[in-house]
Parts: sequence; structure tokens; C-alpha cells
Amino acid sequence: MSKTINLTLKVWRQPGSEAKGAFETYGAKDISTDMSFLEMLDVVNERLSVEGKDPIAFDHDCREGICGMCGSVVNGVPHGPQKATTLCQLHMRHFADGDTLVIEPWRSRAFKVIKDLAVDRSAFDQLIQTGGYISANTGAVPEANAILISQETAELAMDAAACIGCGACVAACPNASAMLFVGAKVSQLALLPQGRPEAAKRVQAMVRKMDELGFGACSNEAECEAVCPKEISITNIARLNRELIKAAFGSPF
Amino acid sequence: MNWIIRTLTCSVGKKLIMAVTGLSFCLFLVSHLAGNLTIFKGQKAFVSYAESLHSLGALILMAELGLLVLAIFHICFGIWLFVGNLGARPVGYAVKKNAGGRTLSSAIMPYTGLFLLVFIIIHLLTFHFADRGGKDVYNLVHTTFTKPGYVIFYLIAMIAAAFHVKHGFWSAFQTIGANHPKYMPVIKTVGLVFSLLVGFGFGCLPIYLSLS
Ligand code: FES
Repeated sequence: MSKTINLTLKVWRQPGSEAKGAFETYGAKDISTDMSFLEMLDVVNERLSVEGKDPIAFDHDCREGICGMCGSVVNGVPHGPQKATTLCQLHMRHFADGDTLVIEPWRSRAFKVIKDLAVDRSAFDQLIQTGGYISANTGAVPEANAILISQETAELAMDAAACIGCGACVAACPNASAMLFVGAKVSQLALLPQGRPEAAKRVQAMVRKMDELGFGACSNEAECEAVCPKEISITNIARLNRELIKAAFGSPF
Repeated sequence: MNWIIRTLTCSVGKKLIMAVTGLSFCLFLVSHLAGNLTIFKGQKAFVSYAESLHSLGALILMAELGLLVLAIFHICFGIWLFVGNLGARPVGYAVKKNAGGRTLSSAIMPYTGLFLLVFIIIHLLTFHFADRGGKDVYNLVHTTFTKPGYVIFYLIAMIAAAFHVKHGFWSAFQTIGANHPKYMPVIKTVGLVFSLLVGFGFGCLPIYLSLS
């Protein structure tokens, strides 16, 4: 049976990236506990529209936890209180009647607020453009079993590749560092033979880009791992460090 | 040459400097603590330990200079990282909760570090550069720790050191890339035990001397 709850929302409202923002308080009445967090925001927005007010801008796309578009900081935790869950997959049953929720955008020098809760994460795209790929020639499809990869290695690479690029790691990090994201991207490619030829160039270029974009430096707080909806492990950051040391001291460039 | 500077000034490189210098300090702490514990064997043992150290002459000078260089790198890069990281989030959160990764020792890392810097300066002024006025080093240490202010300051500093080492030890391994499912639990345990040894080991000396 579906229950309904009443909440108080304190939402960060900011009309544009250069504008000054502030918190606005809204009541969220009769929210079904079966709703997702974003559906709750939809309901609030519909009511705001009816009242002739500007609805709250927030990012979303798939709403099934796989695209990485959604995400806000809810009561101080990116993607809210539920472990390994994106905001779109967070259900209102995890909140109690009468709760006050403070909802803020990701905060980082590298992520500018576009409007309200929507932030510009193109810095991640730039990081991917810098090295988050492999170069492959076109032509006939290579024989799938020509390069053997152990199940364990494939799993490790797959765990790193589970990253959806939502940016919660940066939002949670006390230093606004992007090392979990970069660590995951470097790892998923460095672990597989296809990624090895460009591994040394990739890691150096991506770390340089990450610094240039204004992300902080990791101090091993492990907050990123704790909020990551895909539970990417900080062992990937260790691998990033290892790859960088190997590249810097071992490669000819 | 260019590649060395490029590597050591990138974010991972800066952390690497912190890790390598930090681990060196851990080794130093081991030898320092071992030496200091001779105080429990009495005045003679402690004085002869100090004298045999000084008799090393140029060797001890080199070790001191080495420690100074390590300290300069650790402090400068630490401050560089700290200031840089503050700048990475110009607008903070109204509400920020620990999601489960952060520990007390990791959260206060820069502050325990700065406090230890103040401590080390005072420590060196009190014992290393002090005018002993004919007294032996045991007497100097002993009279210093009859002052309760010193004892309390030292105890706080040792608690800070224990917290600093607790996060720093495993952190250094993570930074040099040595996070392995087989070894990380061992590294974390060793770090915890070592931090306790540092805290209690160094901390018991002022208490013992102030009571004896
Ligand atoms: S909207 Fe796609 S992950 Fe949440």
C-alpha cells in the first residue's frame, strides 16, 4: 500500500551561471513513498508551474541509474542517503514524514552551475577527449579470441568501466578532486591489452588535463568511493597513481 | 630534467612527494623512538646514547640535513596541495555530511601537520639548539618536563602525531600505487599499530620524566 509523506525542501535556486543563488523553501505535500526522488521534484515543479513560478531546473535522462545525468547533494550527501544509488533510483520511502531536505548542486570549480541544480560537467567530456579512448583502425573485425584476457582481469576492467560519469565523486570529495573518475577511466583501459599501447600517453595527458581544469588533488579521504552509485573502488586511484609513475619514469617521453 | 619537474608538480606527483617524504619520516620516527626509550634505562644510558650519536660527526650532520630537506619538501608540497584543494571548491556546501569514507584523522590532516610543524620548531629550540649551560642532555630533558605546560604541549603534539601517522601511513602506500587487496588490510593495521606506538611511545616519556 502506498503511503504519502510531507516534506520541506530547501532548494538552491540560481537563475544563471553568473547570477547569485540562494536557498528557497518549498513544501512537498502528499508525496507517495513509491516515487523516486526526481518524480518528487516533478510533482513540486508541476505545482510551481501552476502557481506561475519558475520550476526547479535539474538534470536527468534515463531515470534508471545508467546514464549519469542526474545528481544533487541531498542533506550533505551526493545522490542522497542510499548507498550505491543514483538520485533517480532513490525512492521516497527512504525519507520520513516531516523531513527537511536541503538540495544543492555539485560544488566544484570545474563544474559551473548552469541553473539551480543543473551543473556543467563538460570538464568530464574534456577529460575523456584527452585520453579516455583507444585508437583502433577500421577494417575487418578482428578475431574475438585472438587476445586472451583472464576472467579476473576482465571483471576488474568491467568494474572500472561501470562508471557513469555522474560527478558525485567530485561533489563528495573534500578537495573536489576528479581522481576517482580519471582513475576509473585510466583503469578500464590500462587493464586490457587493447588499452596498453596508449596507456603511458593517456595517463599523463589525463592527469595534466585534470589539473588544468581546476580539480583538486586526492588526499585519500575515500568519500568518493562511499557515494559512488556504481561503487567504483579507490583501488582505481592507486592504479592511476601506479600508471602515472610507470609512465613518467618508464616511458621514453 | 623537464619530465621530472612535470611529473613532480602534477597533482599525482605532488602527492608522491608527500608519500615518499612521509614514509621517510616514519623511518626516522622509529629510530628516534628507539633512541629515546633508552631514557628508561636511566641517565647514564640516555647520555651515552646521545654522545654516541654526536660522535658520528659528519654522518649525523648529513642525516640532519637530509631530514631538513625532506621536511622542506613535505611542508611546502603539503601547503601547496592544501591551498590548491581549497581553491578547487570556491563555493562550499550549506550542508555537508560524511558519507562514510572520511575519518577524523584524514579530516584533520592539514591541521595536525601544521601543528606538528610548530611543535618541531619548539622541540628543536628546546633541546637541539638550547644552551645547556654545562648540564647533560638528561638534565635538560628532565628539567624541561618538570614544567606542566611543556608536558601538556608535548602530549597534545603526540596525539596529533598519532592521528597524522594513522592517515598518512596507509595513504602513502595508496599514493605510490600499492593498494592491493592482499596487502592493504595489513598495511592499514600496521599503520594503526605504528600510530599508536608513536603516540604512546613518545607520549610516555614526558609523563615518566615529570613523575620521576
Ligand atoms: S537519470 Fe540517468 S542515471 Fe539518473
